[in-house]
Amino acid sequence: MTAVFWKELRAYFDTPAAYVVSVVMLLIAGYLFAQPLFLVNQASLSGFVDNAQLLLVFFVPAVAMRLYAEERRSGTIEILSTLPVGDLEVLSAKYLAAMSLLTFMLAGTCFYPATLGLLGRPDWGAVAGAYAGLWLDCAALAAIGLWASTLTRNQIVAFITAFLIGFALFLVGKINILLPPAFAPALGFLGFDAHIETLSRGVADTRDLAYFASLTGFFLYLAYLRISLRRSAP
Amino acid sequence: MISTKGLTKIYGPVRAIDALEFEVRPREVMGFLGPNGAGKTTTLRILSAFVAPTAGTAVVAGRDVVSDNLEARRRIGYLPENNPLYDEMDAAEYLEWTASVRGLRGAGKLKRIRSSVEACGIGSVAGEPIGLLSKGYRQRVGLAAAILHDPPVLLLDEPTSGLDPNQAAEVRGLIGRLKAEKTVLFSTHILSEAQAISDRIIILHRGRIAACGTPQELLAAAGGRRRLSVSVKAEGTDPEAVRKKLESLGALACGDIRAEGGEIRAMVEEAEESGAVDLRERVFQAAVESGWTLLELKRGEASLESAFRELTQ
Repeated sequence: MTAVFWKELRAYFDTPAAYVVSVVMLLIAGYLFAQPLFLVNQASLSGFVDNAQLLLVFFVPAVAMRLYAEERRSGTIEILSTLPVGDLEVLSAKYLAAMSLLTFMLAGTCFYPATLGLLGRPDWGAVAGAYAGLWLDCAALAAIGLWASTLTRNQIVAFITAFLIGFALFLVGKINILLPPAFAPALGFLGFDAHIETLSRGVADTRDLAYFASLTGFFLYLAYLRISLRRSAP
Repeated sequence: MISTKGLTKIYGPVRAIDALEFEVRPREVMGFLGPNGAGKTTTLRILSAFVAPTAGTAVVAGRDVVSDNLEARRRIGYLPENNPLYDEMDAAEYLEWTASVRGLRGAGKLKRIRSSVEACGIGSVAGEPIGLLSKGYRQRVGLAAAILHDPPVLLLDEPTSGLDPNQAAEVRGLIGRLKAEKTVLFSTHILSEAQAISDRIIILHRGRIAACGTPQELLAAAGGRRRLSVSVKAEGTDPEAVRKKLESLGALACGDIRAEGGEIRAMVEEAEESGAVDLRERVFQAAVESGWTLLELKRGEASLESAFRELTQ
């Protein structure tokens, strides 16, 4: 599994994709962080977290789209699937490689709360909670992206599939207030927004952690089913 | 070493292979012959544990490729069709990575990598990115990865496809050398290649085994139809008249016939019922009777090509 993990991680940095995605994301995130900072004159990450959620809906599928789609397009899935390594190990290695890159990208934005520390006195508990929320958001979106990547040999199709699901989960949280009262609580719970908002306040609620864990686990399981069915389906 | 029973694979409405039953003995080289779509690649994909059969069983090196597929994969070296490789890696990195995934470690790993590099003659390109290698070298890198862990069974899907004659000869030489210690099942379109390096050959047609045997056995089976190359000088004679005359001999089935200047060339086949009659004598007599000058009368040996064509048309 370690060998597959390093191969995947290296594959990101062997092409310009990882550098381009990281730099573009950091630039946009920097702009979105700095723009309201001096307007509201508050040492808070709340505006940044809202915007970062939307950024992740775009960028995480871009990171995950190649994981299986590229193997299928180039035919190397036949090599990988006939080596003595289990499907679950390969899936874990690919997922962990994507999460490593995303963690690295997210870590690059730590510059912004550090700036807040210099300018004022931010609530560090809330900052840590916001980052935990964004990281869990990445984990769920990466699982969706990985699953979408198992469906097709076309990376763009994988990207669009993952983006649409991610965007729906983002949107349903944002437009919760416009939904019929009968559905609002259930649909609100399905969206990312409420869960990240709670974490951003520095509150570690097990319901939010369970939400992200179950969403991530569900899509990873679907991806595993998809891969193992190809081998075992008669 | 390899055995299949009732091996069947159905893709939607297509029955890619149908109840295949065959065995490959230890240290035997078995050639898989067949036209496109005959089921060669599907069979190799099942044997390599890449896809599961719809029905039937396949055992490779003592392991069932479905129920014990991880262990089966440890014992198989596989070169897929079109030889997909990670183009961004260089050849040495790719072999190093494959060795790691296969669980090779330390000095044993280095020794196996060196041995594979040497056997496949890729030392000079080991540091080159795979994406920049010629097709011949790519094929050799794929082969080196297939033999890296010293597997008892090698499955090679068209190992010489797309190679120039020299490269193909080198790959055939390598398979010939591996034959001493490994069981090899390879597919090919090249009949002479199958004839030259196989101990036995399976001819597949529409997912079924059309024939199985040693090259000599298949040749003997095809031997009922010897070919005669006939060339006569018959100026002013219509080639069709020559065809009719040859066919009127009864024991001959006519093939291509063409006129070149005053010369008429025909390729005729001995009919199955001709028995022990020497057809050259009949053709000679027919030429004399018709007033043709016989320029050439040559009997060709039965070839695997004729057996292949007969079985797959």
